[in-house]
Amino acid sequence: MKSLLSKDQVSMRDVFGETLLKLSLESDKVYAIDGDLANSTKIDAVAKGNPSRFLQMGIAEQNMMSVAAGLAATGLQPWAATFAAFLSKRAIDQIQVQIAQPKLDVKMIGAYSGLLTGVTGKTHQSLEDIAIFRSLANMVVLAPADSTEVGRMMEFAHKYEGPVYMRLARDPYPIIFNEDYHFEFGKAVHLKEGTDITIISTGTQTSRSLAAAEQLEADGISVAVIHMPTIKPLDKEAIVKAAENTGVIVTAEEHSIYGGLGSAVAEVLVEEKPVPMLRVGVKDLNSESAKNDDLLEKYEISSGHIVKRVKEALTKKNSSI
Amino acid sequence: MSTPLNEEKLSYLIEKSSKARHLIIQTVHHAGAGHIGGPMSASDVLVNLYFNEMNVNPENPADEQRDRFVLSKGHSAIGLYAVLALRGYFPIEELQTFDSLNSRLQAHPDMNTLPGLDMSTGSLGQGISAAVGMALGAKLQNKEFRTYCMIGDGESQEGQVWEAADIASKYKLDNLVVILDFNKLQQFGWQGKGASRATPINEPKQRWEAFGWHVIEIDGHNHQEISKALSHAREVTGKPVMIISNTVKGKGVSFMEGDYLWHSRIPTAEELSSASEELEMGVQK
Repeated sequence: MKSLLSKDQVSMRDVFGETLLKLSLESDKVYAIDGDLANSTKIDAVAKGNPSRFLQMGIAEQNMMSVAAGLAATGLQPWAATFAAFLSKRAIDQIQVQIAQPKLDVKMIGAYSGLLTGVTGKTHQSLEDIAIFRSLANMVVLAPADSTEVGRMMEFAHKYEGPVYMRLARDPYPIIFNEDYHFEFGKAVHLKEGTDITIISTGTQTSRSLAAAEQLEADGISVAVIHMPTIKPLDKEAIVKAAENTGVIVTAEEHSIYGGLGSAVAEVLVEEKPVPMLRVGVKDLNSESAKNDDLLEKYEISSGHIVKRVKEALTKKNSSI
Repeated sequence: MSTPLNEEKLSYLIEKSSKARHLIIQTVHHAGAGHIGGPMSASDVLVNLYFNEMNVNPENPADEQRDRFVLSKGHSAIGLYAVLALRGYFPIEELQTFDSLNSRLQAHPDMNTLPGLDMSTGSLGQGISAAVGMALGAKLQNKEFRTYCMIGDGESQEGQVWEAADIASKYKLDNLVVILDFNKLQQFGWQGKGASRATPINEPKQRWEAFGWHVIEIDGHNHQEISKALSHAREVTGKPVMIISNTVKGKGVSFMEGDYLWHSRIPTAEELSSASEELEMGVQK
């Protein structure tokens, strides 16, 4: 099988900065909003390339998000970026009351989502942001799998009038999509066909799921891989079809097993097409600071763990027939 | 320089204030829910903003050039609704729907339901930041409109108020006027009587000046002083303006004034009638 993962690795945050700079040069209404993390989130690309469109709000996330709402109320399109942990937990009331509920055109960038946040540990990792944002009415939740998709999603978000949350990653990931890729809002992306089992993944776990699928194919297991770039609204039809086609599902996300993609998929399956399923995600644990590979192993979200869960899920499938 | 209000304008504003307070008490009595004390302390400033100061047009509430107002102390919504109804944004009878299912007049302001509301508020500390965003938005787009915001003294216990104070001053938002409805009481606060119950914002002038704001102190129940402060605010450059509006919670009805329990108590039919009498006498005085 030919690998779907390129050897080239690019950081989502680099493409985020470049794309936002481009949007700010093209559109009168685009502004970059920073909470003093510009050189981490890479929103500093706008500070350097189009300084009049860069607004520093200091280390005060609650004010930052309410100011963004006020800016949007005057017809601007603010793009506020900070770490996903702070956006989803420090400023969520402001986001709900003043951005989501009134459906204001604010784009929220959760940089440094998941576990791999540059050895910063529990306070800077974000394992709850999907669960939190997904529970807000009017909210769109996006999680790109690679840097190409980041750019395409941002083009979409710029045209879409309303609140959008995008969860990005810090470190470089393999390129999955080529330049022809077109992001389709609310639609699953079928990356690989297979007949025994389907892995449904999102964000950074998509490349780990593809790596797991390669290993499983070598073991003679036919695995379908579906990437869910839009977590809300969710492509229910694709999930039901996957359940019909392979009869068993494994979900994979760099997020808590509570409330994230796994929960969202389980909700659909239970109501529409109950089949056995297992989740790969961080269990009911507090995390810590450590090297990436050590974290992936200890918190059981590496591609090796996806392989393991797929095999367990197949046992469930066979015992339920 | 501002000229004092002439007698005619002054009595016009006093009458509107009295009508607004009347509507507040009637509406809360009718709905069996809502706040009283805060809306009554805020009434004169709200009336002055909508009938004297702001460039707004009820016929075109979404006009891009309109001045903006954010009621950061969103629980005083009924005070704002009474003034908006008197100003012609919607029929006065609609106040009877306040707090009921499908009403445009939500317990806390919802900008999506009622034209004329510039921001959704209700969770304290947030409105002032949104007002900062609006004033900044005006500057960035070279728009002439001004932004007004009212916060509470109890609300000022929220850290976000001071985050907003920092940023407004950093961006030199001289098109922003924030009014502190300084009524010294909150829902429950500290135990005791009189001053011992007061909110812990003892030196608001020093605090706001320390944050780089131009501060004006007034009697928030005196339309001459309110008008003068708002005109003066137009002449300030390079700094946002804070008007500390010294007010009395429950202003206008003797048995409500200064009593924290009237934060959100529902007046009985007898209380409504004696409050109405007092408000009418207040206008004649």
